[in-house]
Amino acid sequence: MKSEIITGAEIVIRSLQEENVEFVFGYPGGAVLNIYDAIFNQKKFKHVLVRHEQAAVHAADAYSRATGRVGVALVTSGPGATNAVTGIATAHMDSIPMVIISGQVPTHAIGQDAFQECDTVGITRPCVKHNFLVKDINKIASTIKKAFYIASTGRPGPVLVDIPKDITAESAEFSYPKEVSMRSYSPVTKGHQGQINKAIDLLLKAKRPVVYSGGGVVLGDAAQSLFKLVTELNFPITSTLMGLGGFPASNKQFLGMLGMHGTYQANMAMQECDVLLAVGARFDDRVIGNPDNFLSKPRKIIHIDIDPSSISKRVQIDVPIVGDVKSVLDDLSGALKSQQNNYDAKLIKPWLDQIQDWVSKDCLAFKDDTKVIKPQKVIQTLHKVTQGDAFITSDVGQHQMWAAQFYPFDKPRRWINSGGLGTMGVGLPYAMGCQLAFPDAQVACITGEASIQMCIQELSTCKQFHLPIKIVNLNNRYMGMVRQWQEFFYGNRYAESYMDALPDFVKLAESYGHVGFKIENPRDIESVLKEAFSPKLKERLVFLDFITDQTENVFPMVPNGKGLSEMILAEDL
Amino acid sequence: MRHIISLLMENESGALSRVSGLFSARGYNIESLTVAPTEDDTLSRMTIVTTGSDEIIEQIIKQLNKLVDVVRVLDLNDGRHIERELMLVKVKATEKYRDEMKRISDIFRGRIIDVSDNTFTIELTGSASKLDAYLDSLDKESIIETVRTGASGIGRGDRILKV
Repeated sequence: MKSEIITGAEIVIRSLQEENVEFVFGYPGGAVLNIYDAIFNQKKFKHVLVRHEQAAVHAADAYSRATGRVGVALVTSGPGATNAVTGIATAHMDSIPMVIISGQVPTHAIGQDAFQECDTVGITRPCVKHNFLVKDINKIASTIKKAFYIASTGRPGPVLVDIPKDITAESAEFSYPKEVSMRSYSPVTKGHQGQINKAIDLLLKAKRPVVYSGGGVVLGDAAQSLFKLVTELNFPITSTLMGLGGFPASNKQFLGMLGMHGTYQANMAMQECDVLLAVGARFDDRVIGNPDNFLSKPRKIIHIDIDPSSISKRVQIDVPIVGDVKSVLDDLSGALKSQQNNYDAKLIKPWLDQIQDWVSKDCLAFKDDTKVIKPQKVIQTLHKVTQGDAFITSDVGQHQMWAAQFYPFDKPRRWINSGGLGTMGVGLPYAMGCQLAFPDAQVACITGEASIQMCIQELSTCKQFHLPIKIVNLNNRYMGMVRQWQEFFYGNRYAESYMDALPDFVKLAESYGHVGFKIENPRDIESVLKEAFSPKLKERLVFLDFITDQTENVFPMVPNGKGLSEMILAEDL
Repeated sequence: MRHIISLLMENESGALSRVSGLFSARGYNIESLTVAPTEDDTLSRMTIVTTGSDEIIEQIIKQLNKLVDVVRVLDLNDGRHIERELMLVKVKATEKYRDEMKRISDIFRGRIIDVSDNTFTIELTGSASKLDAYLDSLDKESIIETVRTGASGIGRGDRILKV
């Protein structure tokens, strides 16, 4: 092979091209000017100029969530990197594969408090899967190769590569490694057969089984494998916020989401089951509530996870299976087949009847109104108008929970939100990442008037790149979830949770060159949503400002620190 | 319970802070931590002394293994092992104390490595509890300065931590 001598900046670009990167989300600055100069001369990937580095990382993160590929962001040193931190931490908490390239001051200036210098590797260390500072031009290509490999294998996560400016100006030979081998990093993929057999024994003997599926099913592209196993067993299944779409919500075995705002049937089944099959989920505090209360009921737990440290972290596990979720589920299905004679469908019949009783409580029912818009109604109508086939991004708060409850997802990678870190402001940049990945798809951002203002500047990016996102703003003039907690737990003292001095969102959208509608009458919900998704506005971003009921709360609710069966239901109040 | 965890990691800059950062971020205790390159200069060996319930120690081992730079982790307490720590102690060795200091140092197999008119500096090696016992046996007034390396540990016989 002919060797080529090119600059460090060109090596960065060529490496990204070798990884078949489609989009780089970024923002230029001093330390990355050489890299931007190299971008100027290439056409293989598209650079998406955002208006704030946080949005670059969020958009790249959403691109990854929607497509399963590694998202890429490019930021400059100092403030560029610190602005990216919220995005990186968000991706890290939800195990999203990403590579972030940050510029750094020249190697000789590192540690001198140079202009726009910060210790990027130090600052990001706790919120990345791994990070690198490249000090040698000959290591740029191999480091980027490693970064993509680490980001996308094992339990995925963001990897940051910090590159000093002088390295990008030097010249060296370019050759992109074909493979990576690291003695310190070799994630397990295949589950242990002995553990799989133990799991099958437990599953076949279960009288009150439940499957609890999480984000790992979506990230591990294991939805089909999960469907096969769960439908064969005819077990009830619930999902975490991050796992929604991993099992079709319209299937009769699906109990809805569990956890703090989970359904009555899901939480009761979780609490009362005798065998729990946890798939790519991590028993976090928003899911099982108080672990002591959860453990007060005896049950056997099988836990499939790619990350050994997820096993027995908050709850002791009886049968851990470490491995790639898809591979383990397929092995379980295989093992089940050979045991079919031992499967007795009657065993779980009383349990399924019990669950039907819980379902009949209709815990998500809400009182619709003809005068004031109910946020739940907006989301139900959005589901109807989009035929349940849109990419839905959300911000964080009440609207996020209502979206999870009232927009049932039948496919994975359609529900894009910040579960672990709970980052307000992700909704719009998330929608950008989805719409760029799928230009012809319907993409809606369900948000609130508080969250949307945290990355509102991206309306400009949407204009530049012609992204026809539909923003569904559930505007209740409150930070709704904060207000709800203040109502329940702080004696109605609404400290600083009122959104005063709101902009006129319609005019704001119009000033960015978009279309805006303000909707105050419940009668208009459907017609306006239909118009927004009509061929007439197909090419346009539409900002739908729904003025909603200020006092609506999210139910059911498991108060912080309580057990799953200690839900507050709407009917209790 | 007290555990001694040994690990081998890539000898890269920042590797130490990944480990210490993990302990502080997750609220684990560190009693002591020592690190130095091994005979293979691409590898560093670290010995961490920590305390915690069995569940916490299990999590610590898993979290350490998860660090991309960490090559091997071994909980020395899972089997027979040897633990040694080095301590240097500067004590008062005035007329009144001089003989007694020499005597106590001999009992603990310490070596006097520096002498001045008024002080001895004693080098002492052993398990952490032996070093503690030595300090306890001295009159508090007589201790001027102490410095300890933290424990290093190694498995007995065939228990080997190597790549």
